[in-house]
Amino acid sequence: MSTTTLENLAGDLASGTVRLVDLTHTLDPDFPVIILPPEFGQCARFRMEEVSAYDHRGPAWKWHNLTLNEHTGTHFDAPAHWVSGRDLPNNTVDEIPAEVFIGPVVVIDCSAGAAADDDFELTPAVIAAHEAKHGEIPPDAWVLMRTDWSTRRGAAYLNMQEDGPHSPGPTPEAIRFLIDQRNIRGFGTETVGTDAGQGAHYTPPYPAHFYLHGAGKYGLQCLCNLDQLPPTGAILIAPPLKIRNGTGSPLRVMALVP
Amino acid sequence: MSRRFTYEGVVLVAPYSEPYVRYSHQSAHWWIARALRGTLAAAGLNKDEVDGFCASSFSLMPDTAVGLTQHLGLCLRWLDHIPMGGASGVVAIRRAARAVQAGDANVVACVAGDTNHIDSFRRLLGGFSRFASDAAFPYGGGGPNMSFALLTDHYMRTFGATREDFGKICVAQRNNALHAPAALMKKPLSLEDYLGARMIADPIALFDCVMPCAGGEAFLVMREDRAIALGLPFARIAGAIERHNAHASDPIQTRGGWSMDVDDLYDQAQTGPEGIDVMQTYDDYPVISMMQFEDLGFCAKGEGPEFVRRHDLTIGGDFPHNTSGGQLSGGQAGAAGGYIGLTEAIRQVTDTAEGTQVAGARRALFSGFGMINYDRGLCTGAVILEGARP
Amino acid sequence: MSVPPPPKKNPLERTRAPQLPPQTRSRAALGLSVAAAEGRFALQHCAECGTVQYPPRDACVSCLSHDLRWRDTDPKGKVLAQTTVRISATVYFRERGDWRVGMVQLDAGPSVVCHLHKDTPPDAPVRLINRLDRAGQSVLIALPHDSPYSLKDDPQLQTMTSAPRHRRILITDGRNPNAPALARALIKAGAASVFVGEAETWLPSPQRAALEDMDGVSLLPLDVTDTRSVKTLAAELGGKTDILINNARFMRPGGVLARGDTTFAAQEMEVNYLGLMRLAQAFGPAMCGRTAGGDNSAVAWVNILSVYALSNDPAYGCYAASHAAARSLTQNMRADFAGAGLRVMNAYVGPTDDAWHDPLPPPKVAAGALARSIVGGLEDGLEDVFCGDVAQDFITRYRENPDITEREMTALGGNQ
Repeated sequence: MSTTTLENLAGDLASGTVRLVDLTHTLDPDFPVIILPPEFGQCARFRMEEVSAYDHRGPAWKWHNLTLNEHTGTHFDAPAHWVSGRDLPNNTVDEIPAEVFIGPVVVIDCSAGAAADDDFELTPAVIAAHEAKHGEIPPDAWVLMRTDWSTRRGAAYLNMQEDGPHSPGPTPEAIRFLIDQRNIRGFGTETVGTDAGQGAHYTPPYPAHFYLHGAGKYGLQCLCNLDQLPPTGAILIAPPLKIRNGTGSPLRVMALVP
Repeated sequence: MSRRFTYEGVVLVAPYSEPYVRYSHQSAHWWIARALRGTLAAAGLNKDEVDGFCASSFSLMPDTAVGLTQHLGLCLRWLDHIPMGGASGVVAIRRAARAVQAGDANVVACVAGDTNHIDSFRRLLGGFSRFASDAAFPYGGGGPNMSFALLTDHYMRTFGATREDFGKICVAQRNNALHAPAALMKKPLSLEDYLGARMIADPIALFDCVMPCAGGEAFLVMREDRAIALGLPFARIAGAIERHNAHASDPIQTRGGWSMDVDDLYDQAQTGPEGIDVMQTYDDYPVISMMQFEDLGFCAKGEGPEFVRRHDLTIGGDFPHNTSGGQLSGGQAGAAGGYIGLTEAIRQVTDTAEGTQVAGARRALFSGFGMINYDRGLCTGAVILEGARP
Repeated sequence: MSVPPPPKKNPLERTRAPQLPPQTRSRAALGLSVAAAEGRFALQHCAECGTVQYPPRDACVSCLSHDLRWRDTDPKGKVLAQTTVRISATVYFRERGDWRVGMVQLDAGPSVVCHLHKDTPPDAPVRLINRLDRAGQSVLIALPHDSPYSLKDDPQLQTMTSAPRHRRILITDGRNPNAPALARALIKAGAASVFVGEAETWLPSPQRAALEDMDGVSLLPLDVTDTRSVKTLAAELGGKTDILINNARFMRPGGVLARGDTTFAAQEMEVNYLGLMRLAQAFGPAMCGRTAGGDNSAVAWVNILSVYALSNDPAYGCYAASHAAARSLTQNMRADFAGAGLRVMNAYVGPTDDAWHDPLPPPKVAAGALARSIVGGLEDGLEDVFCGDVAQDFITRYRENPDITEREMTALGGNQ
């Protein structure tokens, strides 16, 4: 049976009946990272130093040393990333069961709202509207918040103002709903974090991070191409690097789309 | 001062000048060997009969006189290396004469020679002395032209010397050089040519400067009885002085160390300036020759210009000076510049100068001046030679 | 303005190979270059008999004492003799044409051979200054006795300076609060154009508006922590950067124990040390290749360093350590750039007037004062500038005894 399923999948991939969509931004030194007040430690930018390039430093080969944070670029958040998840079992990327990294995905389209309001909030009402149209979110699914924010470039991406960044995200209530009522596997966004730019001002601050990781759920951020995914029916593939005690990892995120 | 010994019984013989060339691919060793061979040939001696050796050279590095002993196969019981540039000739005489007098050596060969590669003069300037590289060469990189330009500028404004006065010295020497077959510069020079030449470092113009070249000079020092036995014409040393770093507190050089010792010199020789038949000064620039006229008693300080105006400095003149053309017309072969007037002086008083011979020259004054260590020449010396025939 | 703006370089002419004036100096004479690096006229004074001597020696010319001290000396004197060197033995001076040189008798005693300003006739009263020539070695220069004469009035002596006038200048960090004041001062000093690098243009910069408003100033992307970014800008600008001013800085307070980790220290090293190295590797070769073109040439590289690079201030201990590394690198750069005659000027500052030094009491270095020091140092062709009261006080104490200074800084809790 499963052999048949995979054979079918292979055939569908080859024929284009099933498409593979890349949801990943290119790792680039200029890609924004989350900015914290300067007295806190900062997220390392992606940096690449040439070690050799077919030259006196190595005649036949070219390679680079990389510098980056676990949370640089398109990346995965493990429960250990947040204080609320620090005591959970299997809370780091090396210990998370591999089955988690592939599974069904639901996309909630907030693009119209985000286009109108930089601080657009994903609320229980928005979720309810989505479910009314596309059906209830199944348990253990990835839920992605589509905002088309990934099309923004440069300063518009963080959208940093005097009072901090402004970008869309979920309210505490919405996140609680997804966890408590839908038992999702994880939550993903196109912005630099799973929380809204102004997420520090919710109670609790950064509710997506706080509640998701406290409940052993996962995060994905800096995703792109969510407009190419259906509201339901796609399969997400998101395996982070296997880093000892890692709280997250840059990764290649892809989706199988029917 | 305690009573000093005379130089009695010691003589100079066999003056030899290896003809100069502008540039040479040979080494200083080669030029010194040529000059040594020349003086030995003139004396009819084998080099094994030389037991004392005295060398001066700027381009011998990394060797000194020590290296030359093995290089030239000399077995010696007396050896000296005199790095005093234009004063080397006078100092060599004083050292060698005392060695022979004391019996430390029988025959001392005194040799000065240098080569001149295409770029060697520039490199010599850059590393000439510590003070020069610290405090003179970085200022325009003019080398001695710059240093003597400053001295000349100051001398002219202080004592009223004109370019014509210096020109007269240079023109007279060129006239003399026309009679010297070995002189490098034998194109006649007029005062107009001199005055019209391009400036090198004001007020020093082209014909105030010597031309660096390669060459060698040598002579032998021995007992008078030996010279007589060999049948060689010889010159006696009537008096000799040297002085280093004189007048250190003068803010700029207007006089040399001769002025401290001039009376001593004439006392030794029991004569005065009036007894001098021919004079060979160190002439790297004409202002220095003028200072020697003053400091060696031919006129008072500051009267050099007037002295030059009143005298004819050519071979046939009333004050024959630098009769072979000196360095200004003969070329400056490094340390041999400290010998060029000396070999000529020996020839003059031994009546062997041929084309440049001053008629009846019996007593010659030869003076040396060397080493612009920083802003002035530090080494001065002078010797009075008297000729005699066996 | 006695020196007219330079014509643009004829692109058909070969860029002149760098030449230097004679650079050999004795160890003793290097004492003079040390003073020249800061623009001080100092000569050797005998501690035993008081004799002032020149050229530098290893013993007192009067009493043979070896106790010789470099002391600031009365620079007045008069011109004893002058010349114009028209034929030089060195290629450097040949290229530059007629060169005035003189002999000056100092009121303090010695006579010195020196460069002469054009307005110093024989017998004229003059004052001597001690400056670095393009070989980075001390030379003495006679200026007319009455100030305000300066090196930039004289086309010959101007070559000793790194004056910003007519130069194209790169300031590496437009985010640094000092950037607008620096750019303004350079434009005022006659810079032809000022390029300002800006990292992370995806973040707002509080300085951007002010910089964009200035005539002659343009902003370009540059992040000294990103090799590719540095190389890209160097490819674009390296061939016309006459002066590079590296004001990129990452600083956080705290010493080893206060920090508890190496995260900030790594960033400090990335910006303050490796950033400087990246800039030097990317811009250095192109700048060194065009130091001989007269007005159209690279003249100087400026680093802004904490004076605590010399001796650690524990309150900012890790930051100071990164600057100690950077300072060491500037010594390496001086050696590497020396052959081209590209001057490396270090401007040392104490606490600067910005958010990271808020808790400290005054005095602090305001951006305008720093900019004035840098422009002044460039115009004087200096190598070391100590900007502000704290840096001045520090270097005085440090020179007197670096070991005592270290103990003052550490045992007594430094600046706190």
